[in-house]
Amino acid sequence: MSKFDLSRRGVLKTGAVAGAGLALPTVFTSGASAFTNEPGPGSVTLGFNVPQSGPYADEGADELRAYYLAVEHLNGEGDGGMLNTFSSKVLDGTGILGRKVEYVTGDTQTKSDAARASARSMIEKDGAIMITGGSSSGVAVAVQALCQEAGVIFMAGLTHSNDTTGKDKKANGFRHFFNSYMSGAALAPVLANAYGTDRKAYHLTADYNWGYTTEEAVRNSTEAMGWSTVEAVKTPLAATDFSSYIAPVLNSDADVLVLNHYGGNMVNSLTNAVQFGLRDRMVNDKNFEIIVPLYSRLMAKGAGANVKGIFGSTNWHWSLAQGFTTPDGTAVAPDAASAAFVKSFGEKYGFPPSQAAHTCYVQTILYADAVTRANSFNPCDVAAAMEGFEFDGMGNGKTTYRAEDHQCFKDVLVVRGKENPTSEFDLLEVVEVTPAEQVTYDASIFGGDLGTCNPGA
Amino acid sequence: MTDQSSTPSKTEAVEVAPAVQKSSRTKMGLRKQDFNIFLIVIALVMLAPFILNPFPEGSGMAQFNAGYPDLMQRFVIFGIFAIGFNILFGLTGYLSFGHAAFLGVGSYAGVWMMKLLTMNVIPAIIVSTAIAGIFALFVGFISLRRSGIYFSILTLAFAQMSFSLAYSVLTPITGGETGLQLALDDVRLFGTAAVDGSIPATNLFGLAMRDSFELEIGGWLFTFNAGYYLSAFVMLAAFYLSVRIFRSPFGMMLRAVKSNQQRMNYTGLNAKPYTLAAFVISGMYAGLAGGLMVSMDPLAGAERMFWTASGEVVLMTILGGAGTMIGPVLGAGFIKYMENIVSKINETILHQWFYWLPDGLEDFVIALIYPFIGKGWHLTLGIMFMMVVIFLPGGLVEGGQRIAGLFKKRKASTSDDDTTPKSAPQAAE
Repeated sequence: MSKFDLSRRGVLKTGAVAGAGLALPTVFTSGASAFTNEPGPGSVTLGFNVPQSGPYADEGADELRAYYLAVEHLNGEGDGGMLNTFSSKVLDGTGILGRKVEYVTGDTQTKSDAARASARSMIEKDGAIMITGGSSSGVAVAVQALCQEAGVIFMAGLTHSNDTTGKDKKANGFRHFFNSYMSGAALAPVLANAYGTDRKAYHLTADYNWGYTTEEAVRNSTEAMGWSTVEAVKTPLAATDFSSYIAPVLNSDADVLVLNHYGGNMVNSLTNAVQFGLRDRMVNDKNFEIIVPLYSRLMAKGAGANVKGIFGSTNWHWSLAQGFTTPDGTAVAPDAASAAFVKSFGEKYGFPPSQAAHTCYVQTILYADAVTRANSFNPCDVAAAMEGFEFDGMGNGKTTYRAEDHQCFKDVLVVRGKENPTSEFDLLEVVEVTPAEQVTYDASIFGGDLGTCNPGA
Repeated sequence: MTDQSSTPSKTEAVEVAPAVQKSSRTKMGLRKQDFNIFLIVIALVMLAPFILNPFPEGSGMAQFNAGYPDLMQRFVIFGIFAIGFNILFGLTGYLSFGHAAFLGVGSYAGVWMMKLLTMNVIPAIIVSTAIAGIFALFVGFISLRRSGIYFSILTLAFAQMSFSLAYSVLTPITGGETGLQLALDDVRLFGTAAVDGSIPATNLFGLAMRDSFELEIGGWLFTFNAGYYLSAFVMLAAFYLSVRIFRSPFGMMLRAVKSNQQRMNYTGLNAKPYTLAAFVISGMYAGLAGGLMVSMDPLAGAERMFWTASGEVVLMTILGGAGTMIGPVLGAGFIKYMENIVSKINETILHQWFYWLPDGLEDFVIALIYPFIGKGWHLTLGIMFMMVVIFLPGGLVEGGQRIAGLFKKRKASTSDDDTTPKSAPQAAE
């Protein structure tokens, strides 16, 4: 035994020495490069971290398509897409700062753990200078925190919770997508217009973080214009059959049902609600209505004919490329930027892009642009270039990256399920473009602290 | 450098227990055979940065390098998890389908320690082990009233319950879907809440876990990461402890439970204290793994407790060889490698590999391989798992033994076969 103790001591000692040895060289390495993963002269690596399996795999696949397209355009291949319409003209199709854009991909599995593992391997193994992607807020918040620690820039993909740029905002993280608050603020006036100001709403809310913030946002903005909330019930995320949650709605005196659900949840709950005949009901002498705060084309596809006439909001929709007519008869002209994007995406893949694809494409271009304007890959310089940046020609009209919380402010689209869809992609129609001013809020209302930017190394 | 305050107390505790078979012991209280295995494990773990990076940077094969800090840490941490699981499953045969719950509970406890006390990882590791142990005592006390499939279902129910609670009801404590993370305004009684507007890094008395020393030799780049070596030392301690448990009278009792619990009961022995002890120990291993995980990467998510995570450790153990000592570690490494390396191969990389083939053939070969890489890594893993279960019921360890057997036959030597751990027969369970 004594022999063992000795050797163990020996092991501990060598460990301590090794530890000291390990601690030392970091001093040297930090002198070698100013920030994490400084790219060489030939190429620069971006990390595309999207869900390739799990409930949001469809969205992830569409995001990847958009990233490939963005890389093509940055490297000067293809038709250039929205680079031609983008208000900033520093990108010239020679990669980023003369370096060819390369990329690595990973699977987040829509799990924070897997997403972080995948992002870490991109940073530690592949030398990615920027991580982007994600199709759920939990993952976005987790990966954003990781990027803050590691000292790389995170460009969020599809994440709609207020927390991403609210409570959990980080100096190294940026979000182009809109959030729950904006959905509520954009929807409320349209709903008041269509359904009146004395409605009684019943909320079914997915029992997790995004559901809570969405419910809160819709509640606050609808109550502000006179609606009352009868009840708000939380439904398990894993639920596939919502009939037991729909039945109590029939027995309440509510005349509006708000489904704070996303993805497969929304497809199932909406289908159940329609099967129960909710939409044919008359309550308080009013037609019963259903609302889905966050719409996506993929969800509309899943729910099929059930989405007809149902209001919701979305970040971007490909029909902007063709122009449209609002219900009160105003014709909105086609958007050149959206048209350019839909064209190059459609030519490459044969169908129009989703809003997830759009936001990911835009985020990649915005990153490349910020690097070029800052003339540096250092995350702190890039962040400074992005903060307060005002641009146009990316499909959402005039947009600002607010410096205080790294959230983009732009117009929000209120959409409605189309009555007579002409194709499997033509399921939603834009009914109103809510101007950015109407959805802008004070940066401090959600708390949180950006901290300072971390260049790593 | 190592976990001076956490593991020695544990190793010493076991030192006292198994006093039998002293004659067959050689070094460190281990039999010669076990000691050799332990030496091999030490060598593998210490030299991992070299072993896992066999291909030069920038070469086409660099894709298969696994020697970067995150994955190396995962190898040893999931190794600890699987070693602990094997103490329960491999010895007693009780198949727990809810072990991820302990990992999750340990993770949450660890992050809370960092939020409340300090960014030093020692309190996090100790407390997460302890909390997981207490939780395991509670779950084990109830679940072990039944055996076989009923036990499995009970543990599964507990784990899913923990997951659901963490995901929604307990959001204030667990952070819900977003996961529990550190914030700039945390308390951190014995440390600083923020340094220059950033959250301080997890460290061991000042040595940051993410610090690495990079060694460049020719085209090769080897990374020696502080966090990895801390995890590795803890894993070696955990491995040593598990070997001692396997060879102790206590381990013998656990094997008796596995072979025939009824007969054990008829001889007047109450099996429950033994199985409960094994359950708690393996729960503590899981908690330790959870604590280390958040020490390396301070975030705890609820999906860590999801039933698929519990299933994963079962896979690891069976794939490597249940009931063998080194098997679970191999299985853990294998699965984590698949998850992190194979899942990252995409179509572009395939095109780079097969660019030399004629165009039509290239597309054909890629179309053949494509379903098995990237998002298809689950499929590859499933096929591998089936092959192992069908052809190597004893797991990867049996494969190794068969290969070793071939060489032995050739040499026709009659060495100390009787001292080899009787692993393969047990593994067939």
